[in-house]
Amino acid sequence: MTSWPKSYPFALLIALMALTPIGVLFSLASDNAQLFDSRNLQVLGNTLALMCLTVAGSVLIGVPLAFFTAYVNIPLRRLFLIAFAAPLALPSYLGAFTLYYAFGRGGEIENLTGITTPSLDGLWGASLVMSLYTYPFVMLTTRAALLSLDASLVNAARTLGQTLFMSLWRIVLPRVINSIAAGALLAALYALSDFGTPAIMGFDTFTRVIFVEYNAFGLSQAAMLSLQLMLIVVLVLFMESRIGGDKERPGKHLTLWLPRWVSGGFFVSFLPIVLLSIVLPLGIFTLWLIREGTGGFDFTFAWNSAYASMLAAIAAVVLAVPVAHAAIAGKAGRLMERITYFGFGVPGIVMGTALVYLGLQIPVLYQTLALLVLAYVLRFLPLAVGTIRSTAENQDAGLVKAARVLGASPREAFMRITLPLTMRGMVAGAALVFLEAMRELPATLMLGPTGFETLATYLWRVYEAGYFGRAAVPGLLLVLLSGLGLVLMLSGECRAEFSVNEDSRR
Amino acid sequence: MLNVSDLSVDYGSTRVVDKLNLVLENSEILMLVGPTGCGKTTILQALAGLIPISEGKIDLGSWVATPSKSIPPEKRNVGMVFQDFALFPHMTVEQNVCFRLKDTALADHWLTLLGLNEFRNAKPARLSGGQKQRVALARTLAHEPAFVLLDEPLSNLDASLKDSLRWEIREALKTAGVPAIWVTHDQDEALSVGDRVGILNKGVLEQLDTPERCFSEPASRFVAGFLGDACFIPATVLGANLQTPIGTAPGKSIGHTTADVDVLIRPDDLIATLDADAANATVLWSRYEGESRLCAATLDTGELLKVRVSHEVSVSPDARIHLRLNSEHPLAYYAKEK
Repeated sequence: MTSWPKSYPFALLIALMALTPIGVLFSLASDNAQLFDSRNLQVLGNTLALMCLTVAGSVLIGVPLAFFTAYVNIPLRRLFLIAFAAPLALPSYLGAFTLYYAFGRGGEIENLTGITTPSLDGLWGASLVMSLYTYPFVMLTTRAALLSLDASLVNAARTLGQTLFMSLWRIVLPRVINSIAAGALLAALYALSDFGTPAIMGFDTFTRVIFVEYNAFGLSQAAMLSLQLMLIVVLVLFMESRIGGDKERPGKHLTLWLPRWVSGGFFVSFLPIVLLSIVLPLGIFTLWLIREGTGGFDFTFAWNSAYASMLAAIAAVVLAVPVAHAAIAGKAGRLMERITYFGFGVPGIVMGTALVYLGLQIPVLYQTLALLVLAYVLRFLPLAVGTIRSTAENQDAGLVKAARVLGASPREAFMRITLPLTMRGMVAGAALVFLEAMRELPATLMLGPTGFETLATYLWRVYEAGYFGRAAVPGLLLVLLSGLGLVLMLSGECRAEFSVNEDSRR
Repeated sequence: MLNVSDLSVDYGSTRVVDKLNLVLENSEILMLVGPTGCGKTTILQALAGLIPISEGKIDLGSWVATPSKSIPPEKRNVGMVFQDFALFPHMTVEQNVCFRLKDTALADHWLTLLGLNEFRNAKPARLSGGQKQRVALARTLAHEPAFVLLDEPLSNLDASLKDSLRWEIREALKTAGVPAIWVTHDQDEALSVGDRVGILNKGVLEQLDTPERCFSEPASRFVAGFLGDACFIPATVLGANLQTPIGTAPGKSIGHTTADVDVLIRPDDLIATLDADAANATVLWSRYEGESRLCAATLDTGELLKVRVSHEVSVSPDARIHLRLNSEHPLAYYAKEK
């Protein structure tokens, strides 16, 4: 008779908790909402149009960049890779915010240079901003696949008389198409669930309309819209799960020595992307800081952000440990872990709607910080589970056995061996949750107790009131936090790359 | 005719190929052989235009590549056969062979000649190693290259397959009448297949000549040792002959020499007899090789020699034997090492 691992009951409970938002939404929507009307249809069309344009844009930018960073021999390759991956770390609403005020009649670009640029809003504005901040998904997945391919196939095609471009087109592209699709679906998910960008660009997608309904006390209508949005999200997630990986025997790495003017030209043609997505937002915020100073900004906003995010980080790690343990222990545990991943796919605005209603039903929770922390935990728990599970998995199982043979009880072995060794994963997981929660906008807007202003919500109020100059300090702080997140992400990648080098040297 | 002059390739600050000069005649097979890391694969990649060159010139007549003027691989009319076959996994055998062909007659010709007709519609993953290499060869030859580069084409295959496939590839290249540079680290392959053999050491071409000359008159001690069992004993030059402690033989000077030299002795230059009375050497070890037995023996004067004896003769370590020099052909001799 096999006994269940001790972590199973906890993990099951947490998995059930992760499912509550959807249950709540169903009971709420069944109240009295209209299932579908013509306005609905238009919102659906808008959302899908934004999604498709974002996917197209991110593929058009991401795929050539992936080829460039993977194959072309350029000096300072690593630095360029970081620069091109950096937009991933920045929440797109910061970009939307600054680009919205930079372009157009009376925008900052006109103020500075006198040149009138076309204004950036609506479908095209939102799509451009989304593409600028989601192409790294496509670039990174494609690049990883490109790096694993065997170079001699391209060399073979070229020696058979095929031009370089056609060799890449005929021989390489068909074999990385799955990875491109995987990255494109991530971009699609982002486009579906992001609230800030379409809201700032004034484009009526599901997320924006849900927020409008919520503000107009149409909570059940918001729930119905949320469910419709979730349906699309689930469809995209389903498509993603059906995509197989590109499985090929890894081979020698292809390096192309292009003439300097070719790689230089290529590089210059991609410079505007970094300029628009990184340099421009930083520049605009700095400009506002110089012009307007820190007026109106209160450091309790930053403290509030940090406090709520810290609580969320601690709670997420505490909950992630049993889930990660269960995931390693067996198949049933693996399923429970998968269920907690569900929260990551739930758009923040949907999570907000569900938890607002939960708060209304359970008066103890209503307008408390606990509800906001719960929203953070449900959304970002998978980040903590992922890092903790991977550090625990990489651990030598023999260590615990050795401790047991030396006379330690299971409890002592866990406390003295497993826990210290997974500590790094827990800290990294907590940091990831913390950074994500700091930058979260829609759920914070809906669930923050009255008067509880954070960096992200303050930025939103500033936008609503039109005092955009006051966004300088919260904007720069959020960029700084994103920079920290990028460093954390890359240090992980550095370690991975380092260990690969070590292996190949053997 | 491919003319390579003073070709050098650098990886960063490391020189991998140093001042390579060679001329590839029409329809000859030139073997490049050397130990791992001697730069032989790098030479092929430079000739194919896959990596930039730092010095020198590659001239095919229809094009000339220099460090400042690189010709892309697709403009070089080169064929390349890769160690790992490099078959396109998402295409069938036929699609692979017909890759850039408008007229598929040549593809049919080579598929038939190399016995691949029944695999036409198979994907490469289904083929065995030998079949894959035949497909790779058919693909290369069907595209009618001006010259073919083979990068260790047999090193990923079973030993039993190597011997037969080696000849099959040679026959196919000769049938096509196309010159080839074939890189290998296997000296037997190099000596048996090639019209000429080039021996590389640390990026430098030490000798380029017929297999017979390379084997019997190696340009350096390194070449002598790389191409087969090589031992050296001291000798004195007497006119055209060499005087050694184990007999005399005709000699041939390699490089500048004086009266006192070291002579290269291969196992087949010696005769061993189990004559205990006249014995002049002690057996160190003996290795059974099926058709014969290879023995190492120390001369009473201290030098180590290797010799082959009949497989029927059993020699055990510490046995006393008699060694005598027996060579009709001139033995290569070198200046003494300082």
